[in-house]
Amino acid sequence: MIELLVQAEPLFIDVLKILAILIPLLVCVAFLPLAERKILAYIQGRIGPNRVGPFGFFQPLADALKLLVKELILPAASNKVLFSIAPIVTLAPALAAWAVIPFDEGIVLADVNAGLLYLFAMTSLGVYGMLIAGWSSNSKYAFFGAMRGAAQTVSYEIAMGFALVGVVMSADSLNLTTMVMKQSGGIWHWYVVPMLPLFVVYFISAVAETNRTPFDIAECEAEIVAGYHVEYSGIAFALFFLAEYANIMLVSAIAVLLFWGGWLSPFQGIPLLEQTFSWVPGFCWFFAKTAFFVFVFIWMRGTFPRYRYDQLMRLGWKVLIPVTIVWIVLIGFAIELHLPPWYV
Amino acid sequence: MLQNYLPVLIFIGFGVAIAFVMLTVGWILGQRRPDKEKNSPYECGFEAFDDARMPFDVRFYLVAILFIIFDLETAFLFPWGVVIRDIGWFGFLSMMVFLAILVVGFIYEWKRGALEWE
Repeated sequence: MIELLVQAEPLFIDVLKILAILIPLLVCVAFLPLAERKILAYIQGRIGPNRVGPFGFFQPLADALKLLVKELILPAASNKVLFSIAPIVTLAPALAAWAVIPFDEGIVLADVNAGLLYLFAMTSLGVYGMLIAGWSSNSKYAFFGAMRGAAQTVSYEIAMGFALVGVVMSADSLNLTTMVMKQSGGIWHWYVVPMLPLFVVYFISAVAETNRTPFDIAECEAEIVAGYHVEYSGIAFALFFLAEYANIMLVSAIAVLLFWGGWLSPFQGIPLLEQTFSWVPGFCWFFAKTAFFVFVFIWMRGTFPRYRYDQLMRLGWKVLIPVTIVWIVLIGFAIELHLPPWYV
Repeated sequence: MLQNYLPVLIFIGFGVAIAFVMLTVGWILGQRRPDKEKNSPYECGFEAFDDARMPFDVRFYLVAILFIIFDLETAFLFPWGVVIRDIGWFGFLSMMVFLAILVVGFIYEWKRGALEWE
């Protein structure tokens, strides 16, 4: 019995670590829609949710309760099994990707060698949930939304992959902790400085991958109602919603890790400021930077009009992909010639 | 080595379990009063005109094919990017030749209008 416990102990600690990541993550995902509604409201000169609790703070709890007790509709014409598993296929990878995200030096669940590859794989899995949902609903709006969304997601995934290859070449590793540590030494060492165009390509692709405005052509409420999840109700709809917000936080976290120095302090290497802010723990910087990019996502939704579909595909294929190919070649040359900002 | 991936596997299990449990709880708590109109596909209040499984634009199919080619390219570039310092000029130029062939194909499909969505 005791032997069994000793054997199971590392597993038990792993489970505790997983819960320590998942529970705050789910709380953040639940409160992000409230933040979005508040920010959008202030952008538009409204107040936003303010009835449930102070400043509408308990609104997510009320929403969750409402969505839980709503009827789950199974359309008669749909493929029942596929229709039911689509929300699970969408949410599970959005959560599972967080397994390899390092929050600070050494604070990571699984410090695997192929961390970035795993993240890339998990973010690409989202397209399956969308396609399964749209196809199995057997509704025209859902079908159009799924077709558009899938074509858009795979197009931008190429540009995103190429942009990440540029960082991999410079960092000489796929391990996320190593990639962040390579950027230490000062704000001018962060990869956003030598690879600004790749960051721009990455961020635009990330917005398109998560189907957010101005690229939310897959759900486009004005023409195809809600796109691929039009037939979903109650908690099944909520799962798609949660997956979208988990993905927003995920791509923001990846942007911070790869281009903005992860948990490194922005004052590193600056004589007086470095000592003044040395008491701030690394994960605070990480969370602050991630929160900023999440805010940018919401800000963009409040500011930009939606792209037309042909413009969207033209941007992905004719602008972003050529730019990244040229940059991969340039960074390759820089590394072979041992040029400093890229060859560290 | 592979042991590092065990927590990742458990994490994926947790992700699936959370989604499944939420769906089940919703299924148990929610009321169920289905009727014919409620279960019909949504089409702005009209009766659905015909089956939603209709022919769609072939360009979606074209994008899928192009995606496979370029995604394979990404799959080649990732390991190449990790070892580029060890393989030197020879490794670099080999990939450049490969990339050049891909770019020729890319220019060809661009000129043929495979990327047009008018």
